[in-house]
Amino acid sequence: MKILVVDDFSTMRRIVRNLLRDLGFTNTFEADDGKTALPMLQGGNYDFLVTDWNMPGMTGIDLLKAVRADPKLVNLPVLMVTAEAKREQIILAAQTGVNGYVIKPFTAGTLKEKIEKIFERIDKA
Amino acid sequence: MELKENPQLLLAQNLVAALEDNDETKADEILDQISGMRESVLFQEVGRLTRQLHDAMNSFSLDSKMVELTSKDIPDAKERLHYVIAMTEQAANQTMAVIESLTPISQELSDQANELSNKWDRFLAKDMPFEEFKNMSQEITVHFTQTKERVASVQGGLTDILMAQSFQDITGQIIRRVIDLVQEMEHSMVELVRLSGGKMKTGATEDDTELELPGPVVPGVNDKANDMATSQDDVDDLLSSLGF
Repeated sequence: MKILVVDDFSTMRRIVRNLLRDLGFTNTFEADDGKTALPMLQGGNYDFLVTDWNMPGMTGIDLLKAVRADPKLVNLPVLMVTAEAKREQIILAAQTGVNGYVIKPFTAGTLKEKIEKIFERIDKA
Repeated sequence: MELKENPQLLLAQNLVAALEDNDETKADEILDQISGMRESVLFQEVGRLTRQLHDAMNSFSLDSKMVELTSKDIPDAKERLHYVIAMTEQAANQTMAVIESLTPISQELSDQANELSNKWDRFLAKDMPFEEFKNMSQEITVHFTQTKERVASVQGGLTDILMAQSFQDITGQIIRRVIDLVQEMEHSMVELVRLSGGKMKTGATEDDTELELPGPVVPGVNDKANDMATSQDDVDDLLSSLGF
């Protein structure tokens, strides 16, 4: 399972990657905004994307839109991990096609639960 | 011919003439006229500056951005910074609490391992009576069980320490916003200096730099309107209402 973690704060990328490692996912990569992430996704055979929302350059929601607009990436599972907590934003993310939404600060348990839920649903489909 | 265009010069010449004629009354009269002229120019100038200052102050106080800065954004920034202090303090305490609880566990594990290792060396050197060997075997069994439990709690603690570091992202985002506010303040102060310098700028303020992303929820700042999800449960409820 190849995973891309996108966040402009390196501490958060490290935290998420460490948590993923604890969950048994060791093949993880990082990008600091959507602009860097998109070409990585397009050429990298990723299985899962974890992204922040508020980032300079290209935001997570724009990255999500780009992913859903790309025929090769349209089915890529995306988990948003962000401090953005406005209801409108969560609805927008859902409408854009996010697979899970975790607000910061979060616990290791929450992240695990959301990731498991996403893969459960994919396995069922 | 130029005399007509310069009343001051004309007055001065008349004054010289009057003085030469020893006509003191006329000379005094001309002197009054000259000083009167000076005063009226001065008054005009003071009047002009007053009006300019008044207009400048007026346009400045009408600048809604300034009003918002002082009445809303600065108190908000204070709240935000207090929240940063609270979050960093919480992270530090969380980390130290885990370390304080794990240090004795790790010490105990190390003591046990040392003790057993000494005994094991004696056993290998065939320097151990059978009774003691039986005890050691039991001790080793207990040690293995305890080690599994304790290592699990050490790993849990490490995850807690890891999670405690997430404050850096949240506080970083909050501080960035306060820096933006300080820059806006600086801009407004420069504007004030410029306006009071006399060069009036007409027209409205510059384009609104309002941030469209509200960022981390800061208690007491942006959780007042009921449009924020304040917990993961809120998010989950909202998403499930959307069919997730």
